[in-house]
Amino acid sequence: MSAFFGDSGSDCRTNEGVSPLKVRTTQKRRIIADVAARVGMWGATLMVMIPIFLIFYYIAKKGLPTMDWEFLTQSQPFSMRARGGGFVHGLIGTLIMVGLAALISVPLGVLGAIYLVEYGKGRPLAQVVRFFSDVMTGVPSVFVGLFVYTALVIPYGFGAVMGAAALAIIMLPIVVRSSEEMLKLVPRELKEASYALGAGKWQTITRVVLPTAAPGITTGVMLAVARAAGETAPLILTALGSLEIVTKMVGEPIASLPVLVFTGARNPFPAGQERAWAGALELLLLVLVFTLLARIASSRNKLQQ
Amino acid sequence: MSQEPAFSVRDLHVSYGGQPALKDVGMDIEPCKIIAVIGPSGCGKSTLLRCFNRMNDLIPGAKITGEVLYNGQDIYAKDVDPVTIRRSVGMVFQRPNPFPKSIRDNVAYGARINGYKGNMDELVERSLRGAALWDEVKDNLNKSALSLSGGQQQRLCIARAIAVEPDTILMDEPASALDPVATSKIEDLMQELKEKYTIIIVTHNMQQAARVSDKAAFLYTEVNETGKARWGILVEYDDTDRIFTNPRDKRTEDYISGRFG
Amino acid sequence: MGERRDLVLRGGLQRLMKRGAGRLADPVFAVVTGIAGLAVLIILAYMVVVTTYTAVPVFRSQGWSFIFSTDWSPSEGKFGAFAFIYGTIITSLIALLIAVPLSLGVALFLTEIAPRWIRGPVAYLVDLLAAVPSVVYGLWGVFVLLPGFLQPIATWLSVKLGWIPIFAGPATGLSFFGAGVVLAIMIIPIITSLCREILKAVPVGEKNAAFALGATRWEMIRGAVLPRAKAGIIGAVMLGLGRALGETIAVALLVGSRAQVTASILQPGYSMAAVIANQFQEATGDHVSALVGVGVVLFGITIIVNVAARVLVWRMVES
Repeated sequence: MSAFFGDSGSDCRTNEGVSPLKVRTTQKRRIIADVAARVGMWGATLMVMIPIFLIFYYIAKKGLPTMDWEFLTQSQPFSMRARGGGFVHGLIGTLIMVGLAALISVPLGVLGAIYLVEYGKGRPLAQVVRFFSDVMTGVPSVFVGLFVYTALVIPYGFGAVMGAAALAIIMLPIVVRSSEEMLKLVPRELKEASYALGAGKWQTITRVVLPTAAPGITTGVMLAVARAAGETAPLILTALGSLEIVTKMVGEPIASLPVLVFTGARNPFPAGQERAWAGALELLLLVLVFTLLARIASSRNKLQQ
Repeated sequence: MSQEPAFSVRDLHVSYGGQPALKDVGMDIEPCKIIAVIGPSGCGKSTLLRCFNRMNDLIPGAKITGEVLYNGQDIYAKDVDPVTIRRSVGMVFQRPNPFPKSIRDNVAYGARINGYKGNMDELVERSLRGAALWDEVKDNLNKSALSLSGGQQQRLCIARAIAVEPDTILMDEPASALDPVATSKIEDLMQELKEKYTIIIVTHNMQQAARVSDKAAFLYTEVNETGKARWGILVEYDDTDRIFTNPRDKRTEDYISGRFG
Repeated sequence: MGERRDLVLRGGLQRLMKRGAGRLADPVFAVVTGIAGLAVLIILAYMVVVTTYTAVPVFRSQGWSFIFSTDWSPSEGKFGAFAFIYGTIITSLIALLIAVPLSLGVALFLTEIAPRWIRGPVAYLVDLLAAVPSVVYGLWGVFVLLPGFLQPIATWLSVKLGWIPIFAGPATGLSFFGAGVVLAIMIIPIITSLCREILKAVPVGEKNAAFALGATRWEMIRGAVLPRAKAGIIGAVMLGLGRALGETIAVALLVGSRAQVTASILQPGYSMAAVIANQFQEATGDHVSALVGVGVVLFGITIIVNVAARVLVWRMVES
């Protein structure tokens, strides 16, 4: 570090030998560098703000005209070319699959987090689980789709359960790691108070630790749900799509909002593209609702304040 | 005075991860008395207290040898479940630690986990009265315990402890986080509780120990030659009057008179 | 109450010996949570085994040409995935080139120089970018960003700088460049938020020491913050890279879906994830195995990048 600041020439002993003019020019260069860096940081931030506004502006602008009551309550017409209809079958499919995925991944993930915090502390196995949970969050979602395709779709066919399985695998590591962070924040004093009253470990966890961490866990779950609701690639490989509302869970392809937006974006007809825009708006709102719920839960989280 | 002791401690040694924390403690504790455990910080007062309800078991790497007889039975015997001891030996902690639940649920917690089937409202009222808190909270039983003041929270923690009807209450510096008014309320309460419960209190406050306790145990830190390992020993255990007016041991006298610590 | 009191009060010592059903609950619960913890490892391992097993026939029949050949003709049973691997790497590199300086700029802005009132809203907006589903990025990229913004830039580049091979025209719109730009927008929030956490972890004492030596803010950042945060920032960048490598839908919509290897980033290409999403529905037999094989290669690359990134970030956060 000293080498870096060495050129400042502000050391009082050497200062006397240096002409005041030279001192001023090095000072000037330093100040110019500082100003340039600040401008760069402000500039970078402004640059990043641009696409944010562009995305939200255009999704609203192009989505709103098509997003009417019919769009929200009707299924797609058989032909992409035809106007009218909507994506209600996709919305229902998304809600079914995300709901099922949450039913699988939330209990599993929270229990896994309890293991990491309460039982596995300091053990190598817990360290390994923690590390691979992190790694698993980085697995491409399309690969998860391929896995569920080979493991479940080939023997049982496309369906809501297969899509949900893929989404659950994507959610699981997020739930594990976020729940773990929250469980870690539960004060030791509360657990000790419970143990001192003669509670067992199981009772302490279910009656004190989990309720105390619940708002924080909810935040993590909501963020995982938001992520899953927007996933497209794994559903192309596991749920495929449909033109109507599907209620059968296994063996029948089922539509979802993201896949409908994807197929709409790739089709050449204006009517189909318009529906895709409205679908994108609907999907974005759905995802934002879940992120908003996450924010609300986290504002109720006393552990983080 | 010839009463059978509630606790007898024999040759008690405690270590954490191989480091000794407490060595060779032996003492008898008579029922329905207040016993103060005093000594300089880091001398193992809390460690000793946590031996009476096996709370040390929760700390990874803790090792306890020797005997702690509770009504004549060794609570460290192999076939004893530590959970059951904690139902008979309650504990109040340094900082008030109510659960983030309602006042009622806090008091009822111990009874619920122990499968209590009786009248819960009655139990809650009795416990809160026992902790001298009932009049202050009786209209707000469903309010969050966290909305109470520090002193009220600590009395709530006492109510929570006595709701499971223990016969001993361990108190780990129960008033150290409280203001003087709240402290004197807790001290008055202790005098009432002593009618029914044996109380063992850790305190760093000499005046408090002298005011409230019947007997006092003085712990002191010993350091080995290298100066790296340190552990607590029991120097003196006697009637409080005697400890504070005429201690046998020089170290006790030095500590009481404020020469170190 | 009386009966219970008898049990609890002194004398009821049998109670110390056993707790009935409650005694069983603790170990059972411990085992259940342990299994749940293991689930992550089991699923991850099972994913690798099942997919690799499915892809083995194609790996066998194609040999090394699966990775090094560009000839991908399912009808003739030829599966050379090099064009997809190339496209994945090129688009991700373009994304990093754009996203890293911007993300670092935003992260430094938020941690070091931003006025207090602006930090919350800016951080919130950047996080909002992370919440947008990739299919929405893709749709927006194809119909708004590409015609309105990227096409003019690409045309200009090909006209003015076309003599440099990487900018050789004609600029087609759907291209490595377009996919890379949208990927950059997608990974900016990830890299930014990780960098922010890492920058926040730099001890205040070291910063103040630099100020005390008379450093300007930028000198303090270069001298005290960046050297400290270097490993963590590289980790954050690699996590962003991992995300870019595996991103499917936005790339599938923007990259142009042509299996070719060209030096010019303004030409259409393909990527591993995109070919899986595009061809899976009409694939049968060996074609399916080949696509699964592409997935396995993609998985391998992202896992290496992710593990390396995690190790770097973990070291930084632990120390």
